[in-house]
Amino acid sequence: MSESALSSSQKIENFELRRTPLYSAHARQNGKFVPFGGWEMPVQYSGLIAEHKATRSAAGLFDVSHMGEVDVWGPGAREFLQYLCSNDISKLYDGRAQYNILLNDTGGVVDDIIVYQRSPEQYLVCVNASNTEKDFTWFASHAASFSGSLSGGKVEVANRSADWAQIAIQGPKAREIAAQLDLPAAEKQWIASTVPFHFIETKLETGSGPARAVLAATGYTGEDGLEIFIEAPRAEWLWQRLIELGSPAGLLPVGLGARDTLRLEAALPLYGHELLDNLPASCASVNWAIKMGKEKFIGKAALERATKAGLPYAMFGFEVADRGIVREGAKLCDEAGQEIGWVTSGTHSPSLGKAIGLGYLRSDKVAKLDLGGVTALVRDRQLAVKRAAIPFYRRDSGKSKQ
Amino acid sequence: MNIPGDRKYTKDHEWARLDGSDVVVGITDYAQTELGDVVFADPPKPGTKVKKGDSLGVVESVKAVSDIYAPLSGTVVAGNDGLRNSPETINSDPFGGGWFAKLKPDSAGEFDGLLDQAGYTALLGEIAK
Repeated sequence: MSESALSSSQKIENFELRRTPLYSAHARQNGKFVPFGGWEMPVQYSGLIAEHKATRSAAGLFDVSHMGEVDVWGPGAREFLQYLCSNDISKLYDGRAQYNILLNDTGGVVDDIIVYQRSPEQYLVCVNASNTEKDFTWFASHAASFSGSLSGGKVEVANRSADWAQIAIQGPKAREIAAQLDLPAAEKQWIASTVPFHFIETKLETGSGPARAVLAATGYTGEDGLEIFIEAPRAEWLWQRLIELGSPAGLLPVGLGARDTLRLEAALPLYGHELLDNLPASCASVNWAIKMGKEKFIGKAALERATKAGLPYAMFGFEVADRGIVREGAKLCDEAGQEIGWVTSGTHSPSLGKAIGLGYLRSDKVAKLDLGGVTALVRDRQLAVKRAAIPFYRRDSGKSKQ
Repeated sequence: MNIPGDRKYTKDHEWARLDGSDVVVGITDYAQTELGDVVFADPPKPGTKVKKGDSLGVVESVKAVSDIYAPLSGTVVAGNDGLRNSPETINSDPFGGGWFAKLKPDSAGEFDGLLDQAGYTALLGEIAK
């Protein structure tokens, strides 16, 4: 058997790897640890397919404490965020969350983030684990030189990642499980009825005193559910409590392996795969989150130029029409064997029972997808790929879009 | 961790069992645990000639791809084509129904030189440290 397939068993001898407050809880639950973005994280517990399916049919519990949290505040904060972010920050109100792309000045992606408005002058930003330091520096250096014309300018930022842990509970039973936490009736009602992309700040009764928490109706699985920020010292209590409340309903702890198959079935982009710093973000099928009508924002001019010149690549979803799995990095070829693109993410889909993926094709070659002209090079074989509508999985129908 | 005494092992976590004059090959319980849920298997076709250490074919889990290495030189007599429809048998029955290929060995000596049950157990013990 190949060494690389055994890598999860190798001792993690890297003293630089960090652990979330939930590390011991994962170890107790037989989590298999792997290095991820500088963290030692569980890739699976009972098995990737079981964890994936539990999330789709009941509920999955995810440690996402490695994600970063940045506070942005001050009279200039709203205008500042409107300038740094791709989406329309003016649509935010207290308790509203919004998906955004941080663009660089070539129109490529610094990171994808979620912005939460606590008040018109106070925002929480959640960033990817692998980009926390980079994003904080990006915010801080722009804040230092920002002089907002409308607001009198002052904006401050702080990296609060060490203060917060984060646990996601996702799946059709996620809300009913979370609503059993010790909360006032109004907040239980909020959990049961909130529309996605809203949040509340609260205190969770932990049995040894109240814990600050943010409950957000957001997620990265294509399922309904919550992401819960909690002060780091109380994370283990919350994890154990949700396992206790949720296990009778079929909730399982879920590792990074199934987190990736879930998000890929939902065709949610991932920084470093679909979102790249050297490719115009408009290629990535996230145009719904880029509001070109905004007066000014970083990357706007570059995206206008790139669109006018013709975007070089287009993102698409595929399924594999031959036997095999096509993974990230695989070259995409035309009938003559010429390279015309690459695969950004690919896996076996547990819900659909087939191999799926996302990739970029040269814009002038995209039409070949529907004519049977595209193959993926996997080891020494050319596997036929055909276009698949994305998302591959939609929760309302409970099945694939095919 | 299951390590049957009726067969030999390689340091790459394959097993080899004598079946008449042929040798049946698969991956061990340790290997299938490390790999995770197997979703694709590509066993070799009969007639394929391999040298010891060549790849006999590939198994894929959701998160990893692994070659299965020939523990000895020989000719493939059969590949377990049942794995094409039920690759998960490698997880549920790695030493039985999850067999990967059957080889006719070029010589008897290579089989005898493989690790026995005690040798493979010791190898796993070293890895666990």
